[in-house]
Amino acid sequence: MDFQLIGRILPYIAEASLLTTSLTICSLVIGLIVATIVAIGRFSRVTPIRWLATAYVSIMRGTPLLVQLFIVFFGGPQLGLELTPFVAGVLTMGFNIGAYMSEGIKGAIIAVEKGQSEASRSLGFGRFDTMRLFILPQAAALMIRSLGVNTVILSKSTALVSTIGVVELTYSAQRFVTSTYKPFEVFAVAGAAYIAIVAVISLIVRGVEHFFDAGRRAKA
Amino acid sequence: MTLDFSVVGSYSQLLFTGLLWTILITALAGSISVLLGIVIATTTLYGSSVASLPVRGIIFLFMGTPLLLQLYLLYYGLSQVGVMLPAFWTGVIGLGLHYAAYNADIFRASLQAVDPGQTEAARSLGFGRGATRRYFIVPQAILTALPQVGNNSIILLKDTAVLSVLGISELVLDAQRAISETYRPFEFYFTAALLYYVVNLAMEFLLSIAGRKAEEIR
Repeated sequence: MDFQLIGRILPYIAEASLLTTSLTICSLVIGLIVATIVAIGRFSRVTPIRWLATAYVSIMRGTPLLVQLFIVFFGGPQLGLELTPFVAGVLTMGFNIGAYMSEGIKGAIIAVEKGQSEASRSLGFGRFDTMRLFILPQAAALMIRSLGVNTVILSKSTALVSTIGVVELTYSAQRFVTSTYKPFEVFAVAGAAYIAIVAVISLIVRGVEHFFDAGRRAKA
Repeated sequence: MTLDFSVVGSYSQLLFTGLLWTILITALAGSISVLLGIVIATTTLYGSSVASLPVRGIIFLFMGTPLLLQLYLLYYGLSQVGVMLPAFWTGVIGLGLHYAAYNADIFRASLQAVDPGQTEAARSLGFGRGATRRYFIVPQAILTALPQVGNNSIILLKDTAVLSVLGISELVLDAQRAISETYRPFEFYFTAALLYYVVNLAMEFLLSIAGRKAEEIR
């Protein structure tokens, strides 16, 4: 182990971790929006919308993220869609993880829907208001864990964006390896950075879960 | 520039070969991940803590870092320590190890979920501890784990695309070869995605049949 090298690359790896973190956060925001829309779409009364939402989830989950990324980044310009690597990465990962997250949201909605929906509908609330005021707030507590798992997966898939030239953790580490020929030292530091990111996400998820639990107990 | 999918036709041979490699890699890496997953799960559960602690640490490392980073480590690291392995096998082993960690987690949960009455029954019939595990506990756990392990195999199929980064010939790399001659990335990546989707659906279908069979046996 060359500890001097580790000390020298540490600041660069820390900087790259920030980029990995911002890739994760930006994709997560897009993913949550997409997931909510798709999940609600799967409960739509309009059959084509239901089909569309189901097909979206099936296709996004049925094809590799790397290929989706290449279609958007390399294929996009053919359709007049020229994006920077960062934007292409965030959009693709957001729309991809949104499909996975919509499944968790769907499951949570199903878990609370039945009686709650009947009660609120019979009180005269419309379908949309029922979903917004009663179903989603209660389902929120149930979907935290699956959303958390998907966020961890997302943070690790940001490594794929290195293939289209975003100098995040993995790309930055790889560059150091090719210049120093010390793969073990460099990848150990980069790996530790990923584990730190994953640990922080897990802590946040646990905190949010605790928050919802406390809220429930206070109401009960 | 408009899309023209007719160019894809003349490269169908190349893409088809790539697809076959993708399926082969999935089968090889998938087998490694399942077999090694069972071995890891049984050693962490039944082995001495001397063996199980480091194994658990390694699983944690595998699950906490990206596949691509692990592949790079294997790719550059093996040659550093003087092991000369063709890129193909580096990729297959890297992919297999990565998913072995995930499968081990599932197998461990399934082993623990087997009714303790099964062990008691087998033991009282005179089977030894090892035989009880081998003939009664592990086979039942494998049946319980099947749906989730199958799910992991489907995820593994999609992650074989990452091996293209190491220059391993499979569907994505062959698509890139066609693109470098035609400059039509959208058409070829889209076709590749379509092929992945078809294999994905086929795997889902086969796994649902296997799942039903497993239900019957149970």
